[in-house]
Order: sequence, then structure tokens, then C-alpha cells
Amino acid sequence: MITLQQLLTLSGILFALSFAGIFLNRKNVILLLMCIELMLLAVNFNFVAFSRFLGDLDGQVFVFFVLTVAAAEAAIGLAILVVLFRERRTISVEDLDTMKG
Amino acid sequence: MLVQVLFYAFSAVLIAAALGVVVTRNPVHSAMCLVLAFFTSAAIWLLIEAEFLAIVLVLVYVGAVMVLFLFVVMMLDINVEEVKRGFTRYAWLGWLIAFLVIAQIVGVVWFRGLGIDATQGAVPLPADYSNTRELGAVLYTQYVYPFELAAVLLLLAIVAAISLTMRRRPGLKAQDVARQVAVRREDRVRLVKMDAVTRDAPAPRQDGEGKAP
Repeated sequence: MITLQQLLTLSGILFALSFAGIFLNRKNVILLLMCIELMLLAVNFNFVAFSRFLGDLDGQVFVFFVLTVAAAEAAIGLAILVVLFRERRTISVEDLDTMKG
Repeated sequence: MLVQVLFYAFSAVLIAAALGVVVTRNPVHSAMCLVLAFFTSAAIWLLIEAEFLAIVLVLVYVGAVMVLFLFVVMMLDINVEEVKRGFTRYAWLGWLIAFLVIAQIVGVVWFRGLGIDATQGAVPLPADYSNTRELGAVLYTQYVYPFELAAVLLLLAIVAAISLTMRRRPGLKAQDVARQVAVRREDRVRLVKMDAVTRDAPAPRQDGEGKAP
């Protein structure tokens, strides 16, 4: 029997780890995007857990939409990343400090 | 009991995979750890009887998003050694905040209470309950307008991604479909009027050749 407490703790640990990952991987935009995906997964965990334990399906519908938006975000983010690498030959965040194209 | 053991096992794998995503230096290894994290998450969602979303998670994330990530990682020529430098500069801050977040969530969830009884398991669903059918019934009636908006959003993402990454290379030989379609008959076909050649007749005049009708 899985309790709500266990699920929320698990998603909290997941969120904290991905948050630490954003601090740690400041050199690499791809890893930042992966950490954001992991954060969204932790949020989805909360949605699914509450939806299941409150007996309300709306949370799972919301997870569906979060998945859609995450897929679109990953596609556009990676496209921007490819263009960026083509222009600057780097994907380090610290080198990306000018807005001029 | 078996569910409990499975939950702890999958949770351990999930946390290890998330750690792997965060601390591994090679982006390909990070992507592989993320795939493992998505798989174990899908398993845990199956354990709490959210079957449809578990399958969708595997299909969408592992099948599409992570493949895209791997493609981009392999397309970009990243110097791993350069990425490695400066790793630990703000690491203490990241770990400190992560620890604070975990401590706060544990404090709220385990000691403060959520207003509902969180120590019980979920109400078991009947054996003939179909998560997919129930979700579809809600999605296509109550949420049909957001559903269509999500479809438009995906289309927008396709168009944006293609238009961002498409480029014209100089010197590339490619078909220009618009010019191919717009070609007229007069540009390509040249009718040549010639006199019929008979055996006894004299040879036709030379200046009749090459004159377009």
C-alpha cells in the first residue's frame, strides 16, 4: 500500500535534485533542459498522486496537458539550441551574455 | 506488501537515476539516466493505477523527447573537458537549496498534515475500472477546448522548430518546386515549321529553321 506521504516525499526529492542540477550544470544548456524535464516530472508526480488519492480525474487530465507543453518546449528549446550552436560554436551559459545576434 | 517493496525499489532507482542526470558529466550518460528515470516513473504510476499516463509517459518522453535530446547531443560537437571546468563553483548553493526544499516538503507532508488523511492508501478501484476510458470521457467532453488548443500548440511547435533550424546552404543543388510548377509551355517547347521533304523536290530553304511560331 502506497500512501500519499511517500509519493509526495518522492516527488519532493526529485524536484530538489533537479533544482540542484540547475545550479550544478551551468555550463551546458542541454543539461539545463534535462533538469527542467525532470522538474516537470516531479510536478506530474504530485498531480497524479493527488488525482488518485482524492478520486478526481482532473489532475490526470492536467498531467496530459503538461506532457504536451513539455514536448513542445523541448522541441523548440532544442531547435533554439541548434541555431545557437551554429552561430556561436558554444552552448555554455556563461558565454551567452549578449543580446546582440 | 509486494506493492510496497516494488514502490521502494522503483523509488530508489528513480532517485539514483535523477542523481545520475545531475552529476554525470557526459550529456549522453545524462540522457540515458533520464530515460531510466522516466521508465521507473512510469512503473510507479502503474503501481498507483494511473495506467494511461504511465504508457503516455513512456511513449512521449522516452520515444520522442529523449530521442530528440540524444539527436541534438550527438549533432552538437561539445567539448566535454571544457564543460567539466567550473563545476563546483556554485555546487554548495545548489545542494543547500535542494536540502532545504526536501526538509520543507518532508516537514509539511509528514508533520503538519495536508487537511486530508495522507497516511492511508488510495481507495482501491474495481477490477473492471478502465483508467483510459474514464480519462477519455473527461478529455473529450469537459476538456475538449483545451485539448484542441494543445493540438494547435503542437502544430505551432512543429512549425517553429522547422523554421528555426532550416537554413539555405550556398551552392546546394536542389529542386525549386515553385519554378518547376510555374513554367509555361512557351519557355520549353519550340515549334519548328519545316517544309515536307519529297524525293524529287529541291531541298527546303535554310532560313525557315529556327523560327519560333
